[in-house]
Amino acid sequence: MELLIASAVGVLTAAGIYLVLRLRTFPVIIGTSLLSYAVNVFLFASGRLAMDAPPVLRDGAERYTDPLPQALVLTAIVISFGMTAVVVMIALGSWLSSDDDRVERPALTEDDTNAPSVTEGGAR
Amino acid sequence: MSHWIITPIVLPALLAAILVLMVREHLVVQRALSMAGTLAITAIAIGMFWQASDGTITLYQLGNWPAPFGIVLVADRLSTLMVLLTALLAPLVLLYAMGSGWDGRGRHFHPLFQFQLMGILGAFLTGDAFNLFVFFEVLLIASYGLMIHAGGKDRLRAGTQYVLYNLLGSTLFLFALGTIYAQTGTLNMADLAGRVAELDAGASAGIRVAAVLLLMVFAIKAAVLPLHFWLPDSYAYAPAPVAALFAIMTKVGAYGIIRVYTLVFPLDLEITQGLFDVWLMPAALLTLALGMIGVLGARRIDRLVAFSVIGSMGLLLSAVSVFTPDGIAAALYYAIHSTFATAALFLLVDQIRDRRGAAGPLLVHAQPIEGGALLAGMFFVAAIAMTGLPPLSGFLGKLLILDAAGSSPLVWWVWTVVLTGSLVAVVGFSRAGSLVFWKAHQEGPDIEPIDCETAPEVEDDTAQPGSTRGPLVPRPVLPMIAIGGLIAMLVALTVFAGPVNRTLSATAAQLFSPEPYIELVLTTPGKQIKDDPHAGEDDHGGEAAADAGEDH
Repeated sequence: MELLIASAVGVLTAAGIYLVLRLRTFPVIIGTSLLSYAVNVFLFASGRLAMDAPPVLRDGAERYTDPLPQALVLTAIVISFGMTAVVVMIALGSWLSSDDDRVERPALTEDDTNAPSVTEGGAR
Repeated sequence: MSHWIITPIVLPALLAAILVLMVREHLVVQRALSMAGTLAITAIAIGMFWQASDGTITLYQLGNWPAPFGIVLVADRLSTLMVLLTALLAPLVLLYAMGSGWDGRGRHFHPLFQFQLMGILGAFLTGDAFNLFVFFEVLLIASYGLMIHAGGKDRLRAGTQYVLYNLLGSTLFLFALGTIYAQTGTLNMADLAGRVAELDAGASAGIRVAAVLLLMVFAIKAAVLPLHFWLPDSYAYAPAPVAALFAIMTKVGAYGIIRVYTLVFPLDLEITQGLFDVWLMPAALLTLALGMIGVLGARRIDRLVAFSVIGSMGLLLSAVSVFTPDGIAAALYYAIHSTFATAALFLLVDQIRDRRGAAGPLLVHAQPIEGGALLAGMFFVAAIAMTGLPPLSGFLGKLLILDAAGSSPLVWWVWTVVLTGSLVAVVGFSRAGSLVFWKAHQEGPDIEPIDCETAPEVEDDTAQPGSTRGPLVPRPVLPMIAIGGLIAMLVALTVFAGPVNRTLSATAAQLFSPEPYIELVLTTPGKQIKDDPHAGEDDHGGEAAADAGEDH
């Protein structure tokens, strides 16, 4: 169980980082999603792994699992879901307005000042 | 239990909901409500600051749950100081947004502004590490909206970068919190302080990782050198009032470092040895150097100011990483100063960008700016403040930092980098200022632009549409009042440097003896848990549940 969880977190993180480094919005967003899955599983494991145990302490319960990480994961899932939705919208807007899905800034904005599209008048 | 502490969080949250749900089509009503709410927060912040100014620490238990189980808000000197700083900045920025019409250039400026305030104030007030994460996310998600307010190609691209960078930062924050929880079993900061100190020094690998991860998270927010890449583009392309409000956002990172590393991971612990003097100090000095080089090399005035923000954060964090009460007090003084100076500069840059027509923010020759005298004077004052020349508060802050650095082993490095950096910044700012305001009057073909050979052609091509804008458009006065207000804050900070510095020294002293804080948080009794099955319901409804849970 420990091995499974640990390797799942590791593989998800590695894949996420790889995708984030691709610098195109779609892979990067998938990469951040994978990273957020990894961190969610990691948060679960931070309360120690206990199988088939209730997440509450009550009279007569022999063993229980820590309920707090579950609440944390729930919060983290909601937040990362919302953040992913926002970044998809912003990236979509960026792609539609510049016809380009690269994350990094093209070199022209500041060095290549004779390109007509650079004048900042339109962007204000 | 007084509910005042939570009002800076609840008020903007409710106001934002009202703004977005009920009056979304009425800009005037939005402006009035938003301003009224922000001024109310300012009043509350002054009250809270007054209450904490004799050293009392006030605790607020959400839902009346006692500390390690429920979330607490704590108002001590540092928190109330940062809340007051935000609450003084916000109305001026809002005034500028209204006066310049920025709030009408896109939708939902005012609700997002209020949510942003809620997140910032909450981050300053909370006493719980996970709650700090939640408030970070609140302020971030609002800042994403504000960042791309009014749209535009460059802004959207900068916004995408900003969001993605911060998403990675949030993930890192969660990894840090998970590690801390796995090692200690708690996320309440006061409780953590006790448990971290009790950890077995032999088995401290996990908590060391957590301490470094957390430092990295705050370093991202504070734009420390290897993690600063998000800042120049975001600040340069963000709408001006938003960039001015973001001046407080880098300070959230600095606040996080100061709070967590005085309370949870104090530097006399074995696990945090070397974290600040070996790692953060050189990183901060490099950040300062990079910021100043950026100021010198920038070809756009908005990027110039953005780099000066990086430089000022480097200076601030080099004072923090001395990590003595003097160092923290100096850092706090400089934080107040640089917040107002940065905000004033970003607003000035927007005015300049607006009035220069097609040349916009580019540092090239262009037609003279109409009404330039007042603007130039203000830019001059703000640049003096930012570069730390006498007589304004930047100089005093820098002096305090240089003085405090005496106890650091790297003192000569600090002195060298800070003083050289100041010189470079002075050169950079005077180059920009003279190019924009002064040399504009010496038009003629024999004057070569300093920085860029291709610029004259650009200017000739694009100056025509710019000059047809008509120079006689009456300029609104509100933006200038807002900028004047920010500069007045700087002057006030200079004039009242003595009392301010005494307050900040007391703040730093309180930070370095956290026992009363810890004792107050952990020993205050909450509600009695009765024996009925519903009493044990969890409290993760957050603030909303607070009032309801009050009378149980």
